[in-house]
Amino acid sequence: MERVLTQNIRPSEEPLTLLEYEQCGGYQGLRKALWSSPEEIQQMVTEAGLLGRGGAGFPTGRKWGSVPMGDRARHPKYFVVNADEMEPGAMKDRLLLEGDPHQLIEGIIISSYAIEASQAYIFLRWEYQLAARRLISALSQAYHNNRLGANILGSPYSLDIHLHQSGGRYMCGEAEALLSALEGRRAVPRSKPPYPTVCGLWGKPTVVNNVETVCNVPHIVKHGPEWFRSLSHTDEGGTKIYGASGRVRQPGLWELPMGTTIREVLEEHAGGMHNGHALKALLPGGGSTAFVLPEQLDTRMDFASMEAIGSRLGTGTMTVMDERTCPVGLVWGLEQFFARESCGWCTPCREGLPWVARTLEALETGDGRPGDLETLEHHVRWVRMGNTFCALAPGAMMPLESALRHFRSEFEDHVAAGGCPRR
Amino acid sequence: MLTDRERQRIEAETRLYPHPRAAVPEALKIVQDHRGWVPDEAVKEIAELLGLSPTTVDSTATFYNMILRERAGRHIIFICDNVSCWVTGYEVLRDHLCRRLDIALGETTADGRFTLLPAACLGECDRAPAMMIDGEIYGNLTPERIDEVLAQYD
Repeated sequence: MERVLTQNIRPSEEPLTLLEYEQCGGYQGLRKALWSSPEEIQQMVTEAGLLGRGGAGFPTGRKWGSVPMGDRARHPKYFVVNADEMEPGAMKDRLLLEGDPHQLIEGIIISSYAIEASQAYIFLRWEYQLAARRLISALSQAYHNNRLGANILGSPYSLDIHLHQSGGRYMCGEAEALLSALEGRRAVPRSKPPYPTVCGLWGKPTVVNNVETVCNVPHIVKHGPEWFRSLSHTDEGGTKIYGASGRVRQPGLWELPMGTTIREVLEEHAGGMHNGHALKALLPGGGSTAFVLPEQLDTRMDFASMEAIGSRLGTGTMTVMDERTCPVGLVWGLEQFFARESCGWCTPCREGLPWVARTLEALETGDGRPGDLETLEHHVRWVRMGNTFCALAPGAMMPLESALRHFRSEFEDHVAAGGCPRR
Repeated sequence: MLTDRERQRIEAETRLYPHPRAAVPEALKIVQDHRGWVPDEAVKEIAELLGLSPTTVDSTATFYNMILRERAGRHIIFICDNVSCWVTGYEVLRDHLCRRLDIALGETTADGRFTLLPAACLGECDRAPAMMIDGEIYGNLTPERIDEVLAQYD
């Protein structure tokens, strides 16, 4: 199996310097890109079938293709990397940020070139301090060696990359809220349309892409779209960084072909369940994905296959529960988090999530009453896309909806027993 | 109130963005870096420096989890309460920390040594359960390990 994104990453070692990165074949994609037109780069990424790795799986080529190009576009245009990884259970972007910062920088330069952006920002969550130190050092090497700044590698193209360390809020991971945060405002989402590709940062055309998405770009340009598609088990191109944590024997992250089955990640790479315990369920890709059951383990982990079983690929980093984990307690913990992180802008989220969290708390701690399950179901039905400004609250309903569907008798037991039978 | 050093650092930040307002988060972090928290007077002076109203600056200051608008302890403990940490024993660790420090989440110890705050997923899920003290991450925690770690901070 070919490792692409993690080929230069050696656990607990310093990342490659610019020189070392070049000796391993780095910045060759950039050289090739600067000899192509922006449209040709966009075409390559579209043909490669690269889908956004932040969790939503939107086609990257199509996002870039909606940016106004040429002299008639408003300038400056911006390219923004979403490095605000705060999804519960996600940890994959940290690996790429800390492990190979030059790969990300090369990806940013090529992506910015493809949309004719002259300014780029890396929006990094505050807690990723090691990533920040390594990015600052790599950016400075790139400036000193003419990979950034004016006339990159002697070409007419110029670009600046700035590192922005967030003040910390889950909401910032949502693309439009991230732009509000970058402008120094409260991270509140914006109504769409217009989309950021037309009217984004300071009203200018802006593309926001996830770290893992951007890291794929140099390899697509260097080796071509056909090679990229051949890496995958399915028709969604490339490799994917999968992860497992929770009740597994060896938690970790692994770069595998896109479309690897849940079973392979769980049993071969994570070493199976902890101390012979039995799998109860897992969240396949963060807190905003629906539970997957043991009988669904042969599902391929790509965007289409996971949707077909009523869940989502999300970040591809799974959190695993065994028979000792209480689904009501776990969902209570998640909903407390979502309620705390709601930006408060729209009512279903601001009022609905705390209500859900309090109802779950009541069930878990012995104040549950008949009718509580119906209250939860009411929220699942109404707090959905179309009734909210962004995907935070609808995402928060996914684990709750699937828990009610799969573990309804355990919720009922909480009412009948006057609290969690496991406490 | 703001020192020359704080002013210089804030002014350097404004050069990275086309509008001064974008420097507000970094300005708040600079003040916090120097003082441990962001007092009212600093909010006013940041506003003056960037040509904004104090309300504008405070609307940003009160939104972000890492900006502390109240005096905090010498060391800030962020305990990850998210799903992978929850599955691997967060509640036991939280109760241990609260008992050991004799405070609830969101409070500061009587001697001003620690402030304990909940954190969104720290991205340390492969070493869950985890916490962060002053920017340093600690994973694979047990109550015993927490006691060892706390002893390293004065």
